[in-house]
Amino acid sequence: MPEIKELVKSLADKYGRSRESLIPILQGVVANHRFVSDETMTEIARELDMSAAQVYGTATFYSFLDTVPRGKYVIRVCRTITCAMKGKNLILQELEDLLKIKVGETTQNRKFSLLETNCLGWCHKGPAMLVNDEVYTEVTPEKIREIINEYTKK
Amino acid sequence: MSNTKLKRVDLIFEKDCSAKEILQKAWAMTKEQIINELLESGLKGRGGAGFPTALKWKFTGEQPETERYIICNADEGEPGTFKDREILFKVPEKVFGGMTVCARVIEAKEGFIYLRGEYKFLLPELEQKLNAFHKVLDELKIPFRIKVIMGSGAYICGEESALFESMEGKRGEPRNKPPYPTISGFRSKPTVINNVETLVYAFMIGKHGAQKFKDLGTADSRGSKVFSVSGDTPIPGIYELELGMTVEQFVEEFGDGDTKAVQVGGASGFCVPRKKFKATIIGFEGVPTGGSMMIFNSSRSMYNVLKNYIEFFEEESCGQCTPCRVGCQQLKLGIEAVKKGEKHAAYLDQLMKLTQTMKITAKCGLGQSVANSFSSIVENFREEMIY
Repeated sequence: MPEIKELVKSLADKYGRSRESLIPILQGVVANHRFVSDETMTEIARELDMSAAQVYGTATFYSFLDTVPRGKYVIRVCRTITCAMKGKNLILQELEDLLKIKVGETTQNRKFSLLETNCLGWCHKGPAMLVNDEVYTEVTPEKIREIINEYTKK
Repeated sequence: MSNTKLKRVDLIFEKDCSAKEILQKAWAMTKEQIINELLESGLKGRGGAGFPTALKWKFTGEQPETERYIICNADEGEPGTFKDREILFKVPEKVFGGMTVCARVIEAKEGFIYLRGEYKFLLPELEQKLNAFHKVLDELKIPFRIKVIMGSGAYICGEESALFESMEGKRGEPRNKPPYPTISGFRSKPTVINNVETLVYAFMIGKHGAQKFKDLGTADSRGSKVFSVSGDTPIPGIYELELGMTVEQFVEEFGDGDTKAVQVGGASGFCVPRKKFKATIIGFEGVPTGGSMMIFNSSRSMYNVLKNYIEFFEEESCGQCTPCRVGCQQLKLGIEAVKKGEKHAAYLDQLMKLTQTMKITAKCGLGQSVANSFSSIVENFREEMIY
């Protein structure tokens, strides 16, 4: 995959080739491709001159560094207590109905992935969710329909 | 019952504050004077653990190794805490300023802000303000630079040694202690690691002097603190309050009139039931908190609350040490079995013993503190765990 090779090289040029550059590079790959494939990990290991096991170890530790294919827009709904109290389940239900997928799955057209996540730090404005890096707070089933509508058009 | 409202404090978000002036003032003082002023103020770390800030700075500055770092821990992940996000959004210059004053004391050339991945939306503005701040440093001829490092969704990286591991490109697994960060932290060099709020207080003590801070709070818990209030409250949000209040006073102001329990200090903190509101002080002499205050009214099942916390820990445990990895899994299975009637209620006592074992044997604060919420919820709401 020459495209991945190019990306890894440009990220390594930007962040450096030391062990400390590893997470920024992995984050860069996720920002571009939504996940880090095994081939990409091998490529990063080659570029940074370290073992693929080290790259794998780091990549699989962090929940935002996905190592399975994800959609263009990754939706993460907060499941921690205050968001749960403020109706997180209704939000998940609405998303599952709209996208026709379950939590943990990706739509056929690779546009959306639906995940749950731990505390997002918006407990006073729950329920909260992330779409990639964008935050949405005090969401309701109505708002969810609008948000998904917007992203579907993009 | 008193009707007096809790005293509001405005040190953290105080707008009338020139970073340049405070830095000039700090540079006119000797390192010892700065440490003494901080020591005098009684400021303790605002992340939850409460180590005296002045001593952390002093010990780090005394190390023979001269390559030293100041790190701002902005990996705010404790359930119910969201104050650091607000501070970094509203007054980032004060955070930079606090780091710079620390850099003066420990003679650091580089500082880092470790920002949790969930707050990535803050990054563009933060970097813009950082550029402006670096210009001020250049004007003052202060040789110091700050860089923002992004986390990637791991609660455990809020643990200081796990945070260093993460910054070094590794799995966020806590290290053995000692050595403590003051001796061996980031890149195995002496490192001061402070919470976002702690750095702002240190900076504001530089502006107002120790006395103004010392006048607030109690002997064990000096000053004020930013509280993140959520749950069953008509007024959720962020409030800077004087330390030393009881849970009863807090509930009178923030509760919805039907408060059954308050979780102080997040999932790793303590649950205070109604009958203990009056006798419990929020602070280092009573229940400590990094600011998380979650209020539950009588419509809430404390079983669901506890289960949510245990699931949180089970998932966020780094898996490195057995007591925490297996302990969290067993606690979850255990409370589910009791609830379903598959296990006798007395099994709860076995689980309590397990949390005590975790408290002694887990490698870091995550596994050790599961006992806090588990014991305080099970002891006070035992019947809700069973029926």
